[in-house]
Amino acid sequence: MSPSYAARRVLLALLTLWGVTFVVFALVRLMPGDAVTALLQDYAYAKDVEEMRHTLGLDRPIPVQYAEWLGNVLRGNLGESLRSKTPIASELTNRIPVTVELGLLGMAIGLLIALPIGVLSAVRQHHWSDYAARALAIGMLAIPAFWLGTLAVTLPSVWFKWTPPLFYTRFTTDPLRNLGIVIIPAAILGLGLSGTLLRLTRAQMLDVLRQDYVRTARAKGLRAGAVVVRHALRNALIPIVTLIGLQVSILIGGSVVLEQIFVLPGMGRYLLEAIQYRDYPVIQALNLLFAAAIILSNLVVDLAYGWLDPRVRHA
Amino acid sequence: MRESVVAARPGVFEDELAFTREVPDLDVPWSRRIALFVRNQPLGTIGLAIVLLLLFTAAFAPLLAPYSFEYGVADERLLPPSWAHPFGTDASGRDMLSRIIYGARISVTVGFGAVAIATGLATIVGMASGYFGGFFDLVVQRVVDTWISFPALVLLISFVSVFGPGLWNVTFILGVLLAPGASRVIRGATIAMRHQPYVEAARCLGAGHGRVLVRHVLPNVFTTVIVLATVQLGAAILAESTLSFLGYGVPPPYPAWGSMLSGTGRAFMLQSPWLSIWPGLAISLAVFGFNVLGDALRDELDPRLRGGRRGS
Repeated sequence: MSPSYAARRVLLALLTLWGVTFVVFALVRLMPGDAVTALLQDYAYAKDVEEMRHTLGLDRPIPVQYAEWLGNVLRGNLGESLRSKTPIASELTNRIPVTVELGLLGMAIGLLIALPIGVLSAVRQHHWSDYAARALAIGMLAIPAFWLGTLAVTLPSVWFKWTPPLFYTRFTTDPLRNLGIVIIPAAILGLGLSGTLLRLTRAQMLDVLRQDYVRTARAKGLRAGAVVVRHALRNALIPIVTLIGLQVSILIGGSVVLEQIFVLPGMGRYLLEAIQYRDYPVIQALNLLFAAAIILSNLVVDLAYGWLDPRVRHA
Repeated sequence: MRESVVAARPGVFEDELAFTREVPDLDVPWSRRIALFVRNQPLGTIGLAIVLLLLFTAAFAPLLAPYSFEYGVADERLLPPSWAHPFGTDASGRDMLSRIIYGARISVTVGFGAVAIATGLATIVGMASGYFGGFFDLVVQRVVDTWISFPALVLLISFVSVFGPGLWNVTFILGVLLAPGASRVIRGATIAMRHQPYVEAARCLGAGHGRVLVRHVLPNVFTTVIVLATVQLGAAILAESTLSFLGYGVPPPYPAWGSMLSGTGRAFMLQSPWLSIWPGLAISLAVFGFNVLGDALRDELDPRLRGGRRGS
């Protein structure tokens, strides 16, 4: 990969991240009226309002507020929660692993469903199993995660008198118990992702299977399985890697919903709690972190893409 | 148009004229086009039927719904499905079928409202950015980059918490949030048009940028816009229902499908599982309909959109 390609990507990512800080900063200040009046409603003395405004730094000029906030963020200081008065960063150290575990597990399950079915669907194009796989993919795209989550919590308890465990245990405390808790929301997350991934896997495989080198591999007598896996799938995987990066946004949205349903103490649930109590510093910090995660994953995908596909880096 | 070009050329034989008239797709009547669509796109036709059913239900909800969506009967709480209440009743004794029927109104209003805003914004921004290019394009695309870096749902909830829930707030915010991603697709389609000979010819004839954009570029990116809007309708309905499920959508007593599944009803679902079935089924069916129709329209109208994003 040429250094200029990588440098350009990194620069672009930093520029986007800078833009994100503006949006996040503006979020609180966009409120009609003032964040403080909304926070304290009508139950405050003028002195309290002034004090709150001072705590939030809203009594200073906007550019000064921005510079100070950005300076703090760059030093890793995300501010304090209005509700619990604790530093947001220390709260996050407990919550990030929960969401990351859910996301990674969800992604793994999504790929485990999508790749084999997608490949099979392409190999057996126009077979009834191909139609079934495609219908499944479109169905997965349409079924909302919160519905599946709700069903997973209610139906088993109606039918088998069994409820998914709703008390969270850390992975470090009891790995098996932890997996037992996370596996159901992760499976629902994975099912949601599998629709898009399956469709792309099938489309890419169909494309690659028609290439000359695949015909050559077949002609020289390789077994069908070897042709599909070693020659076709390896090349079909390149665009799929791109799509995995783009799914991070959907993963985050899904984890907000599923953490809420399955009572997992992750970042998504933290966001909903913050919104419920209008805890603006927390809302700001989480929006910034989520956006940074997406920008980072897009950057990794762009760089990986350049590394995997030589045509890109020279373009 | 094709006819006039041929006829204006001197020395064209009658039968050649007749031949050119058979081929062009401009003269195919609507009835035949629809018949072709039904034959080529069986799944898309199912999608179209679902979408039409949804629109019909939303438009005629007061005539179709057998009961009120708002007031229940105290004696009829949590009844299982029966002839009187085909979908059963909820914890307040309200008929679920009626609530699902009225719920279609909310999904359709938010969905079409948001997509109208998103499509309008995206078409203006995307076309201008793609057509003018240069520094303007560079700046606009960095702004778009920034917006699409936020997970849509998170930004949606955050904005609704800032501006407050409610039908029109949700519609407007969702519309603004869907626009940047769509504008990128329309920009791409516009760039493909920018150096076409007919655009350059129009410029040479003295047409201003505004006229070229509206009369020559817009008609050619229009299929892209339509396909995009159809797919986004599904996404918008899904987003609205998720928001309502989390409690930040359209507030009660309006029967948003998402809010029928949310927290407070969970306890009742244990004794009355049908409460959790119908709203989810309605959302899935609506989103499925728009997705499948969008796929079919793309195959029929705009082959360039096939295959999705490759690299960036």
